Amino acid sequence: MLEQYIGAGIMLLVATAIACGMVLLTSILGPKHQFPDKMEPFECGESQLVSPRQRFSVKFYLVAVLFVLFDIEAVFFFPWAILFQRLGVFGLVEMFLFILILGVGLAYVWIRGGLDWE
Amino acid sequence: MIDDIVHFFEPYIYLIVGGVKAIIIAVALTAVVPGLVWLERRLMGRFQVRLGPNRVGPFGLGQPISDSIKLLFKESIIQSSADKFLFHLAPAIVVFTAILSFAVIPITQPFEIFGQTIGPWIANIDSGILFIFAISGMGIYGKVIAGLSSNSKYSLMGGLRSSAQMISYELTLGIAALSIIVMTGSLNLVDMVKSQEAVPFILVQPLAFLLFFIAGVAETNRAPFDLPEAEQELVAGFHTEYTGMKFAMFFMGEYINMVTMSSLVTLLFLGGWNTYILPQNALTGFLAFAFKVLFLLCFFIWLRSTFPRIRYDRLMTFGWKFLLPIAIFNLLLTSALKVL
Repeated sequence: MLEQYIGAGIMLLVATAIACGMVLLTSILGPKHQFPDKMEPFECGESQLVSPRQRFSVKFYLVAVLFVLFDIEAVFFFPWAILFQRLGVFGLVEMFLFILILGVGLAYVWIRGGLDWE
Repeated sequence: MIDDIVHFFEPYIYLIVGGVKAIIIAVALTAVVPGLVWLERRLMGRFQVRLGPNRVGPFGLGQPISDSIKLLFKESIIQSSADKFLFHLAPAIVVFTAILSFAVIPITQPFEIFGQTIGPWIANIDSGILFIFAISGMGIYGKVIAGLSSNSKYSLMGGLRSSAQMISYELTLGIAALSIIVMTGSLNLVDMVKSQEAVPFILVQPLAFLLFFIAGVAETNRAPFDLPEAEQELVAGFHTEYTGMKFAMFFMGEYINMVTMSSLVTLLFLGGWNTYILPQNALTGFLAFAFKVLFLLCFFIWLRSTFPRIRYDRLMTFGWKFLLPIAIFNLLLTSALKVL
């Protein structure tokens, strides 16, 4: 089964070639007429007054943290789901307990307003 | 003489067959994008009671080709305050992950050619579905890097929105797929299709299908979940500053992701290459698979012309407070029913 990864490796090379090839081609083929106004970032016809790299909503950070938490928990489901038919009732009870803990975490975030997007 | 040649190439047979398959699939994926753009514009035209592109070639079929040639020869503008390396890297990542994630998708059943059994997939790995999640999850980087490196506030907002949306719906996507993994006991996509020979899983797991499909639409940033590209608010989102082919590469990535997502839904829920009514062989299997994928792609376009874009706070609330609990509940229900 491991030799199947050779195919994935070849696809990796082909995908890299296509992606890099397209970026290279468009850099080579297109015309190049540059003047200062054209090289400014888009701002509805005005010049940009302030840098866009400023503070943004902390909610995005919170979502990222929550994702890491829940995704790590979700990763544990995968081996369980594969072995599920062999584990039987034991596996079911164990996973119910696990999901209960996960659910408590979700409920806590929910009640504390972590999922509200104001 | 021929035996000698065959004997010489024997150890490399995996490389040769794999290389041919990889190139065929990659070229087909790249070529299917203009076709999809054409299909979308035509269908949108019909949905909105107008003609759509119909001037270039029969049924306007030449339009996407002329568009892509035009885009290739347009100037690639890199605005002066952008981070040049990352600015080039971002569209490359998007296209790279989109093409690579298709590697594990089996498009029909194995068939024999010249006495060799050919698997119509590039890699039939045991962790097939995890591979797709992992690689397509990496596509987020392309969008975030595009947003950050452009040094434009519209791009930055688009990149942030895109990342928050995609990671939120990835959870639902994974957990909805888990109920299918519980049913089959395998992560391998070929095994999953084989276990649907009698009944497609959409009839057994309708809730998981709905969750997976909704999360899939959100994951590919398609309307009604196309917040990262909300034209009225963000101009064009994370690709505002991109021109020419680099601009088109983001759309290429999006359309290839649509094809991958439709294929994944087909494999997990619609029975993959199982025809159910027609006699089963590699050709009818491929036709069945292609028909199901095409139907789902048209469904994507139909959704776009039917639903208005949802508000950003509702999008996040919908993902976290509605889809995620239902997905977990569905997983519990499935596993409980499976044991009892």
